[in-house]
Amino acid sequence: MSTVLDGLYYSESHEWLKVEGEFGYIGITDYAQHQLGSVVYVDLPEVDDELNQGEEFGAVESVKAASDLLSPISGTVVEINEALEDKPELLNEDAFNNWICKVTISDPEELKNLMDAEAYKAICE
Amino acid sequence: MYKYFPHTESDIAEMLERIGVASLDDLYAEIPESIRFDKDYNLKKSMSEDEVRNYFKELGNLNHPLTVFAGGGAYDHYSPSVIGQLIARSEYLTAYTPYQPEISQGTLQYIFEFQSMMCELTGMECCNASMYDGATATAEAMLMAIAHAKKRNKVIISRTVSERVIAVVETYARFHGVTLDYIPENDGVTDKAAMEQMLEANDVAGVIVSTPNRYGIIEDFTGFAESTHAHKTLFIVNADPSAMAVLKTPGEWGADIACGDGQSLGMPLNFGGPYVGYLAASRDLVRKLPGRIVGATKDVDGKRAFVLTLQAREQHIRRQKANSNICSNQSLMALYVTIYMALMGKRGLQEVNEKSYAGAHYLCDKLLATGKFSLCFDKPFLKEFAVRTTLNRETLMKHLEEKGFLAGIPVEGTDDTILFCVTEKRTREEIDNLVSLIEQEG
Amino acid sequence: MKYYNKLIFEISKPGRVGYSLPQSDFGNYSLADLPQTLRRETPAELPEVSELDVVRHYTNVSNKNFGVETGFYPLGSCTMKYNPKINEEMAAMPAFTTLHPRQSEESVQGALRLYYELAQALAEISGLAEFTLNPFAGAHGELTGLMLMRQYHIKRGDLKRTKVIVPDSAHGTNPASAAVCGLEIVEVPSTPEGTIDVAKLEPLLDDTIAGIMMTNPNTLGIFEKEIPQIAKLVHGCGGLLYYDGANLNPLLGRCRPGDMGFDIMHINLHKTFSTPHGGGGPGSGPVGVAAALVDYLPRPRVVKHGDRYAVEGGADSLGSVSGFFGNFGVMMRAYAYILSLGKEQIKHVGELATLNANYVKESLKDCYYLPIEGICKHEFVFDGLLDKSTGVTTLDVAKRLLDYGYHAPTIYFPLLFHQSIMIEPTETESKETLDEFIEAMRTVAREAIDDPEMVKSAPHVTPVRRLDETTAAKNPILRFKDLNY
Repeated sequence: MSTVLDGLYYSESHEWLKVEGEFGYIGITDYAQHQLGSVVYVDLPEVDDELNQGEEFGAVESVKAASDLLSPISGTVVEINEALEDKPELLNEDAFNNWICKVTISDPEELKNLMDAEAYKAICE
Repeated sequence: MYKYFPHTESDIAEMLERIGVASLDDLYAEIPESIRFDKDYNLKKSMSEDEVRNYFKELGNLNHPLTVFAGGGAYDHYSPSVIGQLIARSEYLTAYTPYQPEISQGTLQYIFEFQSMMCELTGMECCNASMYDGATATAEAMLMAIAHAKKRNKVIISRTVSERVIAVVETYARFHGVTLDYIPENDGVTDKAAMEQMLEANDVAGVIVSTPNRYGIIEDFTGFAESTHAHKTLFIVNADPSAMAVLKTPGEWGADIACGDGQSLGMPLNFGGPYVGYLAASRDLVRKLPGRIVGATKDVDGKRAFVLTLQAREQHIRRQKANSNICSNQSLMALYVTIYMALMGKRGLQEVNEKSYAGAHYLCDKLLATGKFSLCFDKPFLKEFAVRTTLNRETLMKHLEEKGFLAGIPVEGTDDTILFCVTEKRTREEIDNLVSLIEQEG
Repeated sequence: MKYYNKLIFEISKPGRVGYSLPQSDFGNYSLADLPQTLRRETPAELPEVSELDVVRHYTNVSNKNFGVETGFYPLGSCTMKYNPKINEEMAAMPAFTTLHPRQSEESVQGALRLYYELAQALAEISGLAEFTLNPFAGAHGELTGLMLMRQYHIKRGDLKRTKVIVPDSAHGTNPASAAVCGLEIVEVPSTPEGTIDVAKLEPLLDDTIAGIMMTNPNTLGIFEKEIPQIAKLVHGCGGLLYYDGANLNPLLGRCRPGDMGFDIMHINLHKTFSTPHGGGGPGSGPVGVAAALVDYLPRPRVVKHGDRYAVEGGADSLGSVSGFFGNFGVMMRAYAYILSLGKEQIKHVGELATLNANYVKESLKDCYYLPIEGICKHEFVFDGLLDKSTGVTTLDVAKRLLDYGYHAPTIYFPLLFHQSIMIEPTETESKETLDEFIEAMRTVAREAIDDPEMVKSAPHVTPVRRLDETTAAKNPILRFKDLNY
């Protein structure tokens, strides 16, 4: 059974979003990393990239699978988690503590389109 | 009964019984009547082995192999006897793609060697397991640049790249929706100032140039990498790998991607194929490289082994999101050039170039001495050069063909220019004969 | 035999050579005359080895490989039939191998005639009007075929047709080729019986559809018997039908794509027409079209005027997809095969391939789960072992088969099932070979119950065992220079 943390926002494509003031941290869920298996590469966005909710901004690869990252929220990338470049396995070790990128949220209204932990748990079952 | 079908009457009967049908026709019962094919094909009758031989011989007699003084993307280099015999080994010839690494270490290992040697020749950091040919490899390099740039949709290509390569790049660009613009040529080489101007708008994903170029000229790319990189544009060099043993390599010029045709590495002319394309890149582009890539690893017992890697880039996983649809390579031809590079080695490839250079310059000087030819460009060349003739080009080439010579290739877009090529296979006697025949022309 | 594990670089010794070149006497011409800026700065570190070093090395390396001549390949979708020897002999004829592709038409009449006659033979076998042999491989043929589809619509001024329908069971190349060709993919689902759901296809058809890509029989080995209806619907909306020829083999002598209503198709000469796979290529992917599309075929086009053969461009052509005439050497092999079989034998290929597939299927369905019952064509798909309680997966079964001297079947494809095992025994395999294979498959099924750990750690007797693919993908080592000792 995969872990789901309370207090985060979730997308149907298995990304999580943690909101801290005007910023948001984006990662993939524990369920997603389980499905992928050993992560061998994370295709990270670049700082200043404009993300749109629901649109692709990178990818996570395992040996025999690749999964596009769809942004849970629109915004501008202000920081990326460079540790993932050398240690993509961090996503397997702890998907919730290893965010992929940090964005400035451009439209908080979009949070309404995301799920809370309860709703997300339901779709993982 | 036929030699390729081992089924006896009784085999067929027993097998049908196991399946639970009465006849072979019953295996096709679901096919609607209206689309069944129940006639005989309008084909030739079955031939015995000797009849096949004779038929091919008959066709072969309609061909006229010539003494080749032409290149244009297909070069008549020496091909050691060893290669043909080794690649005919059924373990190589009849193997499938090495998806089961435990029983495919042979294929995987030679591809690893191929990648290593191509990196050496081109000066690049990684290379894939090969492409169809040099033209499609260049088209794939264009697609890589587009995928890499994400938000740019334009690639510019020098007019001095071979027209055969440009034709294929144009086709891919048109259907993929890439805007392809042309860098003009200036005195036979890429117009650097024009290129720099085209880069100004910061909307170019990649620049494609070649060396030696369509006229055989060795281009000087000093400053090209700086100019392209200043605009976050990829610098792509199409280069003849044989020549790279002695000429400044794409890696040394600062290229991000190198591509081209490996035919010059001792492969037979074979009427244009199969040849082998290569696509090499700098390390940071490895995940954008299309096609198969082999990597080294270990098995559970710690033994060194090789495996297809970075497969998450490929079409069978990414489907429509893959950067390329390629799902094969020219594996056996990659083996061909790998064995060639092993045999020729460090010294041999230099000697091939040294001898081709000498022969080409000897022919060039002799042609100029006839007074019927002039050099199109006063630029350095290796084994291929373009000359203008005062003779009627078509008549001249036809006459020489009748005497057994393929005397160059007419340069498209001109009516008096010929591109000659001399490899290490051409002897002084052959060159002298060619020139004396030309001297006799009107 | 001792396991050989050296790379060519590791047997190199400075000063050795493996070639001989003629002396030349051209006087004082030297590469040193080239400007320094144009010359290579550091020499390429290529191996230095003797001729015997090379011969022994690549012979030993070859021994780590498995080919059709080593053993049986039940590899679904790949049609691993016997590669006749006479084909190789013909392809090596110097009267062809020494031809330069830029020679005059006059001097290559034999080669052009071979090209033309092979194209004609493929057209007859397919029920289409004309073929180009220029595409280098199946995927390249697909791309060329889709370009033809687009060119057809573009030339008619019908520019909004930018979508192509692909079944969810399609080969991965289909959507990838469509994307490279600038087409948008629309997926049509399969019915529980594994064929295209015609009811779900109909609503997708409108004036933005360029066409549909299908393979028939499909990747489950099932004949799409609704094809006349599908053709009518797709043509009715103005779209074209593309036939992926990967599965053509079972139809030889029984059914032609052109008669089914297909407008464009590619053929894999390395599947149906017996040319060797060569460890991944060179293949050849000729593309055929119905009469309405002939003018759009790629350049160069080989045509016949009276009894002369000529090379033409064509103003409406989609352009070039290859530097020259494609993989000509592969065409020679395929033509030798067609001439050998002739009209009398080619027609038996399909039924014998289909017989073999059904025989294997019926002999194994009591220990492997057959999700779709009924007569298949050249191939069929099991969804793993019947007994799922052992934890032994399709991957484990495949790896254990290697120990028994078989190539593994195609696994985890099609994607419709979780544990796909796709088996295609071609017509060149005997009943005895199939019986032995069936016995091996049954043994593995028993072992999965009796000793699952042994199956899960297979293979055990291959040159190398299971590999660490994760590290290979995480930190790719792609050349000799990057190997650490």
